[in-house]
Amino acid sequence: MNAPLDLRRDPEVVIANVSRRRFLRDVSALGGLVLAVGLPAAVRAQQAPKYGADGMPHGWVDSPLVFVSIAASGIVSIVCHRGEMGQGVRTGMPMIVAEELEADWRRVRVVQAPGDEERYGNQDTDGSRSTRHFFDPMRRCGAAARQMLEAAAAAQWKVPIGEVEAKNHEVVHRPSGRRLGYGALAKAAAKMPVPPRDAIRLKDPAQFRYVGKGELKIVDGPDIVTGKATYGIDTRLPGMLYAVVARPPVYGGRVKSFDSADALKVPGVVKVVPIDPSPAPPHFNPLGGVAVVARNTWAAIQGRNALKIVWDDGPNASYDSVAYKAALEQAARKPAKAVRNEGDFAAAMAKAARKVDAEYYLPHLAHATIEPPAATARVAQGKCEVWGCFQSPQAARDLVAKRLGIPPKDVTVNVTLIGGGFGRKSKPDFGIEAAVLSKAMDGKPVKVTWTRDDDLHHDYFHTVSVEHLQGGLDAQGRPVVWLHRSAAPTILSTFDGEAKLKAPFELGMGVINVPFAIPNIRIETPEAVAHTRIGWFRSVSNIPHAFAVQSFVAELAAAAGRDPKDYLLEVIGPPRVLNPHQISDTWNHGESPERYPIDTGRLRRVVETAAREAGWGRSLPKGRGLGIAAHYSFVSYIATVVEVAVDDKGALTIPRVDIAVDCGASVNPERVRAQMEGACVMGVGIATQSEITFKDGRVQQDNFNTYEVTRLPGAPREIRVHIIPGDFGKPLGGVGEPGVPPVPPALCNAIFAATGKRIRRLPIRDQLKA
Amino acid sequence: MPTLNVNGKPYNVDLPPDTPLLWVLRDQLGLTGTKFGCGLALCGACTVHIDGQAVRSCITPLSAVGARKVVTIEAIGQEKVGKAVQAAWIGLGVPQCGYCQGGQIMSATALLKQKPRPTDAEIDEAMAGNICRCGTYTRIRAAIKQAAGQQGVKS
Repeated sequence: MNAPLDLRRDPEVVIANVSRRRFLRDVSALGGLVLAVGLPAAVRAQQAPKYGADGMPHGWVDSPLVFVSIAASGIVSIVCHRGEMGQGVRTGMPMIVAEELEADWRRVRVVQAPGDEERYGNQDTDGSRSTRHFFDPMRRCGAAARQMLEAAAAAQWKVPIGEVEAKNHEVVHRPSGRRLGYGALAKAAAKMPVPPRDAIRLKDPAQFRYVGKGELKIVDGPDIVTGKATYGIDTRLPGMLYAVVARPPVYGGRVKSFDSADALKVPGVVKVVPIDPSPAPPHFNPLGGVAVVARNTWAAIQGRNALKIVWDDGPNASYDSVAYKAALEQAARKPAKAVRNEGDFAAAMAKAARKVDAEYYLPHLAHATIEPPAATARVAQGKCEVWGCFQSPQAARDLVAKRLGIPPKDVTVNVTLIGGGFGRKSKPDFGIEAAVLSKAMDGKPVKVTWTRDDDLHHDYFHTVSVEHLQGGLDAQGRPVVWLHRSAAPTILSTFDGEAKLKAPFELGMGVINVPFAIPNIRIETPEAVAHTRIGWFRSVSNIPHAFAVQSFVAELAAAAGRDPKDYLLEVIGPPRVLNPHQISDTWNHGESPERYPIDTGRLRRVVETAAREAGWGRSLPKGRGLGIAAHYSFVSYIATVVEVAVDDKGALTIPRVDIAVDCGASVNPERVRAQMEGACVMGVGIATQSEITFKDGRVQQDNFNTYEVTRLPGAPREIRVHIIPGDFGKPLGGVGEPGVPPVPPALCNAIFAATGKRIRRLPIRDQLKA
Repeated sequence: MPTLNVNGKPYNVDLPPDTPLLWVLRDQLGLTGTKFGCGLALCGACTVHIDGQAVRSCITPLSAVGARKVVTIEAIGQEKVGKAVQAAWIGLGVPQCGYCQGGQIMSATALLKQKPRPTDAEIDEAMAGNICRCGTYTRIRAAIKQAAGQQGVKS
């Protein structure tokens, strides 16, 4: 099902000129499919305004010629151009096309697109953007294909177009009752002009059969449960060799010298190949090191163990997480550059009846996808073909091309299923390694597999942060002044070695854009220098920001002697629609401030819904407590109530979690639930267990015994997801990431309710032990 | 040359006896449904059955397998319990990325073969060694109960 196919790339062929030869080529390329014929430039997005999908590289494409093929058998193939990593995109995106196409889902096949943004539009599967950016283009795509089928049927019957209607995989002539199946119409439909956008007739959402229903199972389910699904690590090619790489243990380090004699004695080892380091900044490029190429993965690992390498550790050899935490704290305690300033912080604080301050710490995190990074490449005749678990296949294509010194058109990047992404596999460094090694092995295919210690040592880590907050209450306990200093190395440092200040996209993740009804708000960002590769991790800076902000609101509530849920609603204030630019958030998750304002009414509603569904206020036995947190991110609104039980020895269990999500309308509500459940479990792991630390520039965790993530016994016993109904006429919100941020603060607020202990440093680990 | 019995078929394996079964399955036999996740029996992605017992193939050397019968995710559906587990996994929509789910299904099937009606505590214990980074655990618990035909029964 997910075997990558070599789709046609010729941009010149348009639907009106289907030559016989072209037609036959298409048939052979797609195994008998006849509607698809190429990419007419005229139907691509023509202008590039700056928001949403328009603001992404290569924008969007909505042509049925690119995404839809129909075989004479009636099988409809729909291209999914985004990567599947568990979010359900290979089901949801084709479902949108099938809906408008009036296709019968049982006769739909999903074809995974290779990396080719010129053809498909943006393919960066990150930022919780796939559905929200492509819902409209995919609707138009399916509707246009439906109208082409209708036009073909009307022409064949010589009847007015208004008398025919596509319905469940066939076109019906209403007056006569005649019917023609999609397979029978495909060839003629392919010759029909693609309707212009203003002539496209979308279905009334009330007529949707699949979208919004949540009744379709994921398309890869049967392959997954039978072991047939193939991921980046599963590629097998004739004559393929297997490689692992010894990379510099400290970021910025390099090989001083190495001795491969013992490695070459390991049975199965074929060659030892040095990989040149990439110049700083890291970008998505390989770290360099020494590769061992062998006849199987185990031999490669054994060979690597036998290498003797002397490293030059470089400028980050003293990176130490204990010292760095102290440095961040020092930075966070001094006034810094204000990025939002409303009212008069100093005067208001001087007048406050009650002052509260607190500092919150979140360590580095590793993505730790269970499928480690892995890719296979074959370089032959000046061209390169790569197979891998890429969230950003176009970036893989461009960077492989650059490293090999060949044009991107000569690089094909096939996208496999992604065995967990969470942002790690947006960085295709591992694909470039495979290409470099195939070239070094005279073009033999080489698979590079990262071992778990490779993955934990050389991740693009979630940043490390100290969040310093000060608040002031008036005599009635109302919040009147808010200061938040957020100190953390920036993701920008991965692209610009000089970057020391948070970028607008990081500030816009829940620190600068707090939509609070507080008259005096000041947000500051101190400088912080990165000493390792910093990258996106599912929900990114929202994690530390929401942890700090939502914990601090609860701390203010406690100081005021108020119920935390009531106080949270008071801090959010009355329902109002805010332009994010007017609260200094120039980013707004890349979306238009008019189309996607911050609606505090929606934020209030998820708080109220989660609290009601969780039975907020119910009496609980000793050692149990409820905590609440709400967060706006990826233009969705989520509130989470966690119930905890802490026993006499400090052991923590989570009987139940209630999550209210307002992401606009849901294309696949069943997968929205699944994403919320998974985000909750990941949030629990972040709160309770996961931590990456550095000493002498090296990561101290090697595997899942020291880098701990949630296991089944530690997961909540019950996770209840409450979806706020949405309207398909309104913009959609993100789903993959925004479930994570409210979980750690809701959990810590619940612990406070249960025990009176306030957690300000994550992970919790043994902080509750008696 | 050692012979390996996998999914009812004999294979001649020409690899050193300390080679972990995982890499024999994946790299030599092409059975890639058994996944690599940690190499130290810490994540459970590589779980297979040897004579019906759940075993982490990443730390099981070829020499320790001998003539015993290895069953992988590719063939577990040929057994009644394995088939019921797979059906429950689909029915409740357990998988997200799916990468760990082969190992989860192998562990769950071994549990149900030994304890057809496991308690919550027995499920916790049997499944604690299988990490799902997508966090599908609440559905895994429910699917095991569904496969056991005891949905909703409390421990």
